[in-house]
Amino acid sequence: MSESEMALSAGQSGHGAFMEPSPYGIQSKKLTMWLFIISDAVTFGAILMVFSYLRAGTPNWNAPFRFSPSIINGMVMTFVLLTSSLTMLGAVEAAKAGRKAASLKWLGGTVLLGTLFAVLHIREWFHMFDEGWRLFQNPTGGPVIFGAAFFSITGLHLMHVISGVIALIVIAIGYSTDWLDANHVETTGLYWHFVDLVWMFVFPLVYLMNASR
Amino acid sequence: MGKLFAAVVFVITLISVAIFVMHTWWLPIDISTTGPAVDRQMNDTMIGTGILFLAGQLVLGVFVWGSSSRKSGRKIRIFPGGATPLVTAAIILVGLEILTLTFVGSKAWGAIYLTPPAANSLRVDVQAEQFAFYFRYPGPDGQFGGLHPDKIDDGSGNYFGLDPANDIAARDDIVVGSLVVPVNRPVELTLHSKDVGHSFYVRELRVQQDFVPGLDIPLHFTATQTGKFEIVCTQLCGLGHYNMKAYLEVMPEDQWEQWLKSQAGQ
Amino acid sequence: MHETSEHAVHQHAPPTSFIRKHIFSLDHKVIGKQYYGLALLAVFIGMVLSWLMRIHLAWPTWPIPGLDKLSAVGAPAGVMTPEYYLSLMTMHGTIMVFFVLTNAPFAAFGNYFLPIQIGAEDMAFPRFNMMSFWTTFTAFLVMIAAFFVTDGPPISGWTAYAPLSAVGKDAGPGLAMGQNLWAISIAIFCIGSLLGALNFIATTLDLRTKGMSLSRMPYSTWAWFVTAVISLLAFAVLLPACILLILDRTAGTSFFIPSGLVLSDRLQPHAGGSVLLWQHLFWFFGHPEVYIAILPSIGIVCHILPVFARKPLLGPRATIGCMIAIGFLSYMVWGHHMFVSGMNPFSANLFSVPTLIITIPATILTLLLIGTVYGAKMRFTTPALFCLGFISVFISGGISGFFLAQPSLDTYLHATYFVVAHFHFVMAVASIFGVFAATYFWFPKMYGRMMSDTLGKWHFWLTFIGVYCIFMPMHYLGLAGNVRRYSAFVDDYLIALIPVHKFITIAALATGAAQLIFLFNLIWSRFRGPIAPDNPWEGTSLEWSTTSPPPFDNFGGRHMVVYQGPNEYGVEGTANDYVMQTSPEKIVTG
Repeated sequence: MSESEMALSAGQSGHGAFMEPSPYGIQSKKLTMWLFIISDAVTFGAILMVFSYLRAGTPNWNAPFRFSPSIINGMVMTFVLLTSSLTMLGAVEAAKAGRKAASLKWLGGTVLLGTLFAVLHIREWFHMFDEGWRLFQNPTGGPVIFGAAFFSITGLHLMHVISGVIALIVIAIGYSTDWLDANHVETTGLYWHFVDLVWMFVFPLVYLMNASR
Repeated sequence: MGKLFAAVVFVITLISVAIFVMHTWWLPIDISTTGPAVDRQMNDTMIGTGILFLAGQLVLGVFVWGSSSRKSGRKIRIFPGGATPLVTAAIILVGLEILTLTFVGSKAWGAIYLTPPAANSLRVDVQAEQFAFYFRYPGPDGQFGGLHPDKIDDGSGNYFGLDPANDIAARDDIVVGSLVVPVNRPVELTLHSKDVGHSFYVRELRVQQDFVPGLDIPLHFTATQTGKFEIVCTQLCGLGHYNMKAYLEVMPEDQWEQWLKSQAGQ
Repeated sequence: MHETSEHAVHQHAPPTSFIRKHIFSLDHKVIGKQYYGLALLAVFIGMVLSWLMRIHLAWPTWPIPGLDKLSAVGAPAGVMTPEYYLSLMTMHGTIMVFFVLTNAPFAAFGNYFLPIQIGAEDMAFPRFNMMSFWTTFTAFLVMIAAFFVTDGPPISGWTAYAPLSAVGKDAGPGLAMGQNLWAISIAIFCIGSLLGALNFIATTLDLRTKGMSLSRMPYSTWAWFVTAVISLLAFAVLLPACILLILDRTAGTSFFIPSGLVLSDRLQPHAGGSVLLWQHLFWFFGHPEVYIAILPSIGIVCHILPVFARKPLLGPRATIGCMIAIGFLSYMVWGHHMFVSGMNPFSANLFSVPTLIITIPATILTLLLIGTVYGAKMRFTTPALFCLGFISVFISGGISGFFLAQPSLDTYLHATYFVVAHFHFVMAVASIFGVFAATYFWFPKMYGRMMSDTLGKWHFWLTFIGVYCIFMPMHYLGLAGNVRRYSAFVDDYLIALIPVHKFITIAALATGAAQLIFLFNLIWSRFRGPIAPDNPWEGTSLEWSTTSPPPFDNFGGRHMVVYQGPNEYGVEGTANDYVMQTSPEKIVTG
């Protein structure tokens, strides 16, 4: 960190006597994370809109997912991701209270759960590849656009989960070596909850609404 | 400098307006039943916005002229009443103009795009491709054959992808390179695209409509004058876009019947 | 120097190595200049492209010397082919919209002056800031690379309508590698712009110096702030759209390609996509993009005009309110680009109304600027002239919006030169006039030297008259039904219009040549211009409270304290006729 940045971040956290107070009373980094979340939500919104638009415009849409194993797998993934939000909450609370060891443990749990989610997801992808699913192919004889939409949407989300896991690892290392502080944990927590929230839209739209009995 | 600016703005404004008023370059004749409403709307908008344009530029010029005065001891003056009268004027004047244009204009739009075609309309199928238009008449049976993109073959003239071997309705379909229609009879077009986006634009009909690949787009009009008019493509479709055109030929009813018979005989 | 609070803080040492200082600099001032340089390079490429196109339209058979060196296939013996015309047109539009109109008024001047105008030492995230520029620069290189691939740049226009842009080489030349590079470049550009927008918003909200409340921010800062918010949401939609386009082109998906298309006698292996979907996504970004281009220039003009009128801007709160209203409405009107696209004709009315409503805040802004000129003691410097010119071209460009916002007239005028005239006036020329005003106005601050006013005035008059000669006749062409994006005019009624095109071409060449005066002035003044004082124009905002050029940390270690709004011109009973934002003196009103 250069000197000027140190001075800046000092100015931000305290909003010293030389500055106008921030209108939201939070750190710039946290504010920027919120702004990023808004922007990213629009991106996800656009791509989910694409899916809905194409689905609405496709006659004879067949629902390719069976309850077992697809929906069960999806429910397990949802459960894993939701739990990871809970552990993230634990990490942020502990960090705020200054209990570093506890916070690091919670962070470790979140990383594990996030990884588990990614592994489950990638495993499902490979199963689907084996069945003949491709970006341009639908082995059930339904609209080929489903493969494209499914892999793009879940791929974008999976990319967010994986970058989140990497970010959590970096933050955990930084926090344990006092290079980063509790605020960084909280800011990363915001991102993690957002990724979780997006899944709450992806899961019903892409999985549940495409389930056949 | 201010006076020069004002003078230049006046000259530009007056020349611009004069050319509009003189109709040096203007819309061509209108040959459709829906065209007069469009033309009226164009004129109304031209007058309304022309006044705004003249007023805006001239007032700007006058104020700039005044602001360049070198009178000694002159003090700056604030616009009488401040911002409020200007804001109010903008909201009321422009608001009224918008309301009028919307209410009147949506009728002209509705007549073309929101009114179903008459029941006795002549149905013509249009296929656009890089870089030509083709037109299809149903033939004596009054029915169009189905479209099969995999059967499309420009080499043998099967532009629409008809399958006469298996499809009786397709056997008598008449496919030609010009849109020939009888005068004063409603015409209902269905626009298909073979490849990319194109557009159907006949200035004299005052209509423009894109061809959307994957969709069948309806369009209808009634021509009120005979003659030969250009159909051009207005949606960028590739290297030959500038050269993609066909003709609309409007004929008296009996002459058109003759033409159709001669085409069916071939 | 003016009186400011002299809190003693230690001064940060500027970087010393060449690379840190001039290339990978974290200093917002250097990054601003880098953006400006990039925009300057881009605008000259874009302008030369427009010259080539104009010459070809007026005299299609004339060989253009050297053009065959750029592309032997596209311009054999110097005469461009129809497809090469479309390639150049696509690159002209793309380069101008993204790398000039988005970069110059917003990223370049915003980066340089937003932190200074709010009294900050730098942007909130200097590293992000550097990344934004280099990301944008990479996007530019990728875009330019399209000139040098075998089949040349894409021919699908800056709007890249599917399926022409989506199916690949079967659709025509330039649509294989060239179109890939285009889509990749735009996706990269989106990332750079999103990073920049985050930084602008965080900086504006969090780094304002003591006393710089939101209502005391200069109008230019407000405009950059609103623009950043618009960018944050607009580019977030274009980014996934470009990614899906790239997938369609390279991975075999069919988001934008329906089934049953036959191109180059080959049934395309795609099914299930929608052509209109691309248009919806593109214009959901594309219309706000228009305001990303014009709002900063509106803000710049609102900032500069009072300085030379020597009186406050009329209706400061209404001005800011109108900017916000325009930004808000810009998200509800994208469908007016699609009236004849095959979209449900009912929705045309729905999109038409908010489009027309935008003319209300736009008219208010124009009237307030005109009202500011009333009774002023105008100082006719070059930046002042460009501000007045801005008002004039903004009126001219805005007026034609009344026509195009109505579906019933758009059905005749859509895709004609009337549209070309409209968006060039209101988006391109107006925005560039703002950039010119900003350049002449802030050059002394950026480089510590004044620009030549005589050359500047020549530049203004030639450009002002020139743009009217170029773009006003395009309205007449549009009324006569002259279709745009044609590389030659072969229809009977279009052949009759070629003399008008010849006039426009001559005007375009002359106006373009006049820009060389500007370029010369820029380079000459940089090295030979008279040394600029700290506050040459007697402005009030914070950039005039520091040295020209500002030190590395903008205020030499001082913390500015703000006591006034930015609008205190023509104040009676003071030593000068204006009060600096940093001046604690009480202003007696009435």
